Amino acid sequence: MAVDVRLAGPSRRVWVLVTLLAAAAVAVVLSLAIGAQWLTPAAVWQAVTDPDPTAPATAIVRELRLPRTVLGVLVGLALGAAGALIQGHTRNPLADPGLLGISAGASFAVVIGIQWGAAQLTGYIWFAFAGALAASVAVFGIASGRRGGPTPVTLALAGMAISALLASFTQSLLLSDDASLNVFRFWVVGSLSGRDADVAVQVLPFILLGLLLAFVNAPALNALGLGEDVARALGQRVTAARVVGVTAIVLLAGAATAACGPIGFLGLIVPHVARTFTGPDHRWLIPCSALAGATLLLLADVLGRVVVSPGELQTGIVLAAIGAPFFIALVRRRQGVVKL
Amino acid sequence: MTKAPATPGAPVAPAGSVTPGVPVAPTGSVTPGVPVAPAGRRVVQAGPFSGTVSPRAVAVGAAGLVAALAIAVFSIGHGSFTIAPGDVVQVLFGGGTPAQKLIVLDLRLPRILVALLVGAALAVSGALTQTFARNPLASPDVLGVTHGASLGAVAVIVLGYSSSAVPFAALAGALVTAVLVYVLAWRRGIDGFRLVLVGIGVGEILTAGISWFLVRAEIVDATRATIWLNGSVAGAEWAQVRPLSLALVVLLPLAAATAFTLQAMQFDDDVAQALGIRLQLARLAVVLTAVALAAAAVAAAGPIEFVAFVVPQIALRLCGGSRPPLVVSAILGALLVVAADLAARTVLPDRELPVGLVTAIVGAPYLLWLLVRVNRRVSA
Repeated sequence: MAVDVRLAGPSRRVWVLVTLLAAAAVAVVLSLAIGAQWLTPAAVWQAVTDPDPTAPATAIVRELRLPRTVLGVLVGLALGAAGALIQGHTRNPLADPGLLGISAGASFAVVIGIQWGAAQLTGYIWFAFAGALAASVAVFGIASGRRGGPTPVTLALAGMAISALLASFTQSLLLSDDASLNVFRFWVVGSLSGRDADVAVQVLPFILLGLLLAFVNAPALNALGLGEDVARALGQRVTAARVVGVTAIVLLAGAATAACGPIGFLGLIVPHVARTFTGPDHRWLIPCSALAGATLLLLADVLGRVVVSPGELQTGIVLAAIGAPFFIALVRRRQGVVKL
Repeated sequence: MTKAPATPGAPVAPAGSVTPGVPVAPTGSVTPGVPVAPAGRRVVQAGPFSGTVSPRAVAVGAAGLVAALAIAVFSIGHGSFTIAPGDVVQVLFGGGTPAQKLIVLDLRLPRILVALLVGAALAVSGALTQTFARNPLASPDVLGVTHGASLGAVAVIVLGYSSSAVPFAALAGALVTAVLVYVLAWRRGIDGFRLVLVGIGVGEILTAGISWFLVRAEIVDATRATIWLNGSVAGAEWAQVRPLSLALVVLLPLAAATAFTLQAMQFDDDVAQALGIRLQLARLAVVLTAVALAAAAVAAAGPIEFVAFVVPQIALRLCGGSRPPLVVSAILGALLVVAADLAARTVLPDRELPVGLVTAIVGAPYLLWLLVRVNRRVSA
């Protein structure tokens, strides 16, 4: 921990990546084993590899916990990577994936969906995705202006303004409609519970494509961190890099928000945590941030099942309650926080 | 940082009041002892003090002030019992019939004053925070104020205490959280970046707390809490005007006094120190002023948080310069909230919208339009 991250060489980063992979694997096992009914790792292993249709563990693991865990991994990876991307593209530590209008657009569309009578959580998913897409296209278009490409500042400001506008529309709809507020307040907290396997299957292609674009974007993002003029002089096509990055963010955060509601915390804070271990190189930061996001989300979900057993505490709430103190401790402990 | 609206070869502004008619040497061959203003600014001297004033900022400020006062007068006259603007002015200067006096002075004036004062307080708080953090996305919620106030108010509403306790809970929540953020960020001094990171961490915990209260609350309480969270000046009385105006009388001059420091704090820490700024003291003063302004506003009207973000950015783009101007921000903040309040009362025939919603609906498109139109790169 005392090692100065700016001197971190490749071997240290590989070590960080391996540790994170191991942590994510442990989180997956815990997520499959722990809940209202605790299972041994052996029982989990058997239920996954060699299911015995009569054993209750099989139903619990395969029907309930496996889809939920898969979704948790996908959403965690997506938000962790999207957070690192948006902070890189806006060069702003306060940016989260919702900044492009994704959370606000998705929320607005979900409220409209509720008012049109989509009663099931899974019924909102396409509303949320469409809303996220429309809002982020508007943000990108306005931020680009007539200059042929957005700057970090215009991107952040346009995103903030569009988000606030949409949030106002959402609130005005909710204020006149208690029934919608009653449904919406459970969606907006963010949770993994009650999503069946179909949800994970629906968002899977978007998240995979988004992760691919994020990794492709990483070298260009490193160059953009030096400023647009330097990046251009280094041979980067700046506008193309921005378009790829924003597309990745929209796919990742849009799919994650559609599946689980806006879990803003992950995309905001996980990249800061990852950056303290990897340094500012996006080729390492993006995968590490994604893995850390998946691990944290699964652990928070498991904890939410345990603390108020047999009930559940929403994942988004647990995540902030345990993640934020950890984050503050990390910020205090580092002598020089790694700046963007 | 901004490049000043530099037009190479433009004539340098002539010196101000003290040496009328004495042309200032163009940059490049500066005569010692004669103050030189940057392009687009004028030097003003009064005794031993001197500074620069941008005519553009003065024009924007004056126009904003006139508009704010005009809307305030019209808004006081508007309602179920309409009073002509002329009569409103007469009542404000002591005339009018008893009925008009009752309606104007007791019923409508407090609400308008709260709108004006809250707008000014939030805008200045936002301008201070954005300059201090060197970040256009920073608003007083980065310092924990808004989240703390919201958690306090929502807790009081959901746990079933009377509504009269809400402003006190909000104020207490705001101040306790701000102190907490400052203490947690303290480590052999305050670093702006660390303060912001700690602030967003604390903010996330409090947001989770608010969500937790909202999820477990009865739907009636959840609705009440949601209305408060949107911010509103409806039902404001003289009891809210007095503490709020007292706070502003103390805090606005304090904010103005930090202006020189703010100018230097835009550079990195080493440069600011080299310019003679005592950084820790300056940061404490700026943070304290911003927190107190936001806390006073939030306690009076709930978190109308968008004002603190959007107004400094609009003011910056209208006036030019390198950081959000404080005085113009205050004026435009008052204008935005009083105009939004008028719209909130009049747009829908059957009910009022919370003013916090309308500020975003009015302010956001304007900022977007400025972003598209102004072909200049301005940060912070």
